[in-house]
Parts: sequence; structure tokens; C-alpha cells
Amino acid sequence: MRPFTYERATSPADASAKAASIPGARFIAGGTNLLDLMKLQIETPAHLIDVNGLGLDKIEETPDGGLRVGALVRNTDLAADMRVRRHYAVLSRALVAGASGQLRNVATTAGNLLQRTRCPYFYDPNQPCNKRQPGSGCSAIGGVSRQLGVVGTSEACIATHPSDMAVAMRVLDATVETVRPGGATRAIPIAELHRLPGDTPHVETSLERGELITAVTLPKPVGGAQLYHKVRDRASYAFALVSVAAIVQPDGTGRVALGGVAPKPWRVEAAEAHMKQGAKAVTAGLLADARPTDDNRFKVRLAERTLAAVLAEARG
Amino acid sequence: MRNHGNADVSRRGLLLGAAASAALTATPRHGQAMPADADVPSAPHPGPVPIMNPVMNRVSLTVNGAAQTLEMDTRTTLLDALREHLRLTGTKKGCDHGQCGACTVIVDGRRINSCLTLAVMHEGGSVTTVEGLGTPAKLHPMQAAFVKHDGYQCGYCTPGQICSAVAVLDEIKAGIPSHVTASLTDAPQATNAEMRERMSGNVCRCGAYSNILEAMTEVAGQKMADQQNGRDPA
Repeated sequence: MRPFTYERATSPADASAKAASIPGARFIAGGTNLLDLMKLQIETPAHLIDVNGLGLDKIEETPDGGLRVGALVRNTDLAADMRVRRHYAVLSRALVAGASGQLRNVATTAGNLLQRTRCPYFYDPNQPCNKRQPGSGCSAIGGVSRQLGVVGTSEACIATHPSDMAVAMRVLDATVETVRPGGATRAIPIAELHRLPGDTPHVETSLERGELITAVTLPKPVGGAQLYHKVRDRASYAFALVSVAAIVQPDGTGRVALGGVAPKPWRVEAAEAHMKQGAKAVTAGLLADARPTDDNRFKVRLAERTLAAVLAEARG
Repeated sequence: MRNHGNADVSRRGLLLGAAASAALTATPRHGQAMPADADVPSAPHPGPVPIMNPVMNRVSLTVNGAAQTLEMDTRTTLLDALREHLRLTGTKKGCDHGQCGACTVIVDGRRINSCLTLAVMHEGGSVTTVEGLGTPAKLHPMQAAFVKHDGYQCGYCTPGQICSAVAVLDEIKAGIPSHVTASLTDAPQATNAEMRERMSGNVCRCGAYSNILEAMTEVAGQKMADQQNGRDPA
């Protein structure tokens, strides 16, 4: 790990201003992903701004009947909140499908959204990787790509976003609240938080330098059967090969987002018009632009079959 | 505070020196064209930042009931603070990347991977390690149950398993759901499936899992019996 200076932030605006002005500054909250990457010198911050003391750890009801989840709410606490369990079950289910109990006790809501890919080539500093070292090339294309993306990828990068929580947030139409270095706040629809890689896979989000996530807001509950199915190589504590977050209404309409297949939680609203026709039609719309590798072509069928299982369970 | 001998200091100095020289000889970035960072405001690498000397920081925390104040390199993980500075070597370093669970300790009532958190982030915090759960003369019920049910072979993962197991039963009691909880709105029970799922962050290469489960089942049963009898479980 490279040496770094350390300070505790005193307010969100102060943290944001410092992160923008101090060279090599990074926020640290749970730190479960950042420290892992710092040990490998994939992340090399010169200054850490600890935001844990900012009091952004509350879950509050909003005036329009939704929930505002503080950026520092731990994954365990969000999954266990009875309002989330009752009205946003897909979010509880996604959270408890991710990581381990120890990690969920520390990992935060904002940190979960901003975690980096687990592409094995990103994690190996000896391999070229356009995300870790822009312009160096992508080792995953033509390499071992079984875990990697099939849609939304580019010639420069086929990494996936590893979060389960974010897939549920996407299907719930969450909004990300931030503060910017000047102190101004803004709200970013979760669909616009993560960027597709294109030619710049090292640019992963639409956040400005120094911009700090302060909360994630969930709109008022939409009801329906809320399910999260995660298919992985072991029964627990593994990243998704494919995951499906779905909200299915009694009349058969609904929403679907996929995890494990793309550089961001993957949702195509137009595909949801085919919900009543079943998994095949919906998946065809979701993955119409899929460009899988020989290694991960199976994910296209797996997504369809997982969605079929979800829809069958939703019908009861 | 503990007295840190000269050997300790010189060993630490040696490690710091090694880390600094490794950083200085790190391979420079490839010379390939890089997109201008000006176009990409949220780029994670805003440009080369000079490698600085180690930075020291003071942190005060409570470990197994005793107040401790440590002066440490900011890079020191909680795990290394426990093992290398406080000589509490019960907590083990397995993978050092949060994948094996050998470093599990209980901080402010919650089990965490001590390898994936910085000591300096725990100012004012309260840490319980396996040494703080019980003593050889008076074992914690979970420690006694691991002995009785042979919940280990080589023993390396055991301190993390025990800390995790104690916290898992508390999490079930607190009603925190897991991936295998059938109904999100019902209180989870200490079933075999629940405990297996919740212990998945603790890897045992000897494969003592079934015996660990027997130990946990016994303690979970004791806890329930104690609650029914109005006694406060340990």
C-alpha cells in the first residue's frame, strides 16, 4: 500500500471541496473495496477523506411516501429495515445475496454503488487493462471472460458492474443525491449514474471530481411481487454470473433489471412491454444488442431461464 | 498501555522501510496514449501523484475492554494493529483481502473483516477479539462448544469462526434476514440453513463445517433455553 495522509471530514460540502482540491484524494467509507484495491496498488490515493462521521446513516421517509437512504447506511441495516423488507423487498433480497455478513456490516449504500469491477484482468496489475491503465489494452477480450459482460460492453472493456444492490435500485427507479465541490446539490437518476465504457472505461460514473453521494432516494412503493434471483458458481459469497431483479404486478406487467451481464445494472424499459409474453420475449429485448464472447455466451440463455424462473415464482 | 520493546520497533521500522522501497521501485505507467483527464472529470486517476513518506497518526480505541492509544502508520489495518502492535495474535491473517474470514473480530457489536479496515478509522471504537470472548479458565460458551464438537482441525480459521459464530447468533436474534430466510417479514430462526449461509464468509480448508454447525446449534439452543428461563445468555 502507498503511504497516504488521512483526515476526517467535517461536513459533506467540506469533504467534497477537499476531494476536488487535494491531489490524489479519495473518500473512504466502509473501505472494503478501496482497501482491497489499495493493497494491490490498483488504487493509490495520496489522501483519504474519511466520511464515516458525517451522519449520513439514516433511513427516512420522504414527503411523497418514499424512503431516503443515507449514503452511509450499511448494507446489513438497509436489508434489515422493516420498511425496506415490506415495501422494497427486491432491495432486501439483492442486498442479502451479496458479499458476506462481515462485509455487509461495513459496506455502505454509496460505496456499494461505486465499487469497482471484479474483472480478473483489472485486478492483476501485470496485465494490460484499459480501465486500470487507460490505453494499455483489454486482456479480457480474447482472454478468460466467463464472468464478464455480454451487453453494453465496448472494444475497450467488457467488465461488469459487480453490485447486486444496484440492480435492485435500478428496478426501483432510485435517485442518487450528491453534493458538489461548490456546495451545490443535485439528483441523478440511477440509470444515469454509471456510464458505459466506450473508449474511456476508466470513467465509470457521471460524478464530477470531488462530488459526494449523500443519499439514495426510493420513490413511493410500487407493490407487486418483488424478487431477486442470483445465479453463481457457489451457493453463497460469490459474484453473480447472472442476476434478475423483478417487480411483477398481479396483471402480469412489471419491471426487470439484470446484473452480472453489463458494465451497469442492465434495464431496457421498452423490453418490459413484453412482460405478459414471458421471459423469452423480455430477454430478447433486454439483450438484443448482446455481443457475448465464446466464454460467456451461456449468459444469454441463463438470463432468459433465470427470468423464466422468476416469473413462474411471481405467478405463485 | 503495553510496553513495546525495541525488537518490536525495529521490526516495524524494517517493514516500513521495505514498503517504502517497494513503492519507489514500482513500475512506471505504460507509455501508451492516455485520454486527457480534462475530458473525463470523474477519472479515478487524476494524474501522477508523488509517492510520499509514511504518515503517522494516533488512534485511541478499546480492545477487549482495555483502553489503548497507538501511534501508527496510517496504512495500518485494524488486523495489523491487533497482531503487530498489541500482540493479540489470536486474530489471524489469512488472505488479507476479506475473502477468508480468518481476521473476523467484533467491532462495536458487529463482526467485520479486520483486514479491510484501517485502525485509524476506529477512533473511540470498541473491539472484541477471540482473546476477549473468554479465557482458558473461563471459555465463552461458543469456545467451549467448538472444543466439545471438534469444530476445527488445524485451528487457523478458528478465532475468526468463533467471533463470526457469536455474532451470527446475535444477528439472528436481532431479526436480520439472510439470503435463505423464507419470509422477509418473519423473524429468522437459528436453523442449519440459516447458520450455513451466514457463515459463508468464513472459510475452513480443513472442512470442519459440520462440526462448527453442531457447536453453533448447541449454543443457539442454550441461548433459547436461557431466554425461556429468564437468564441472560453469555
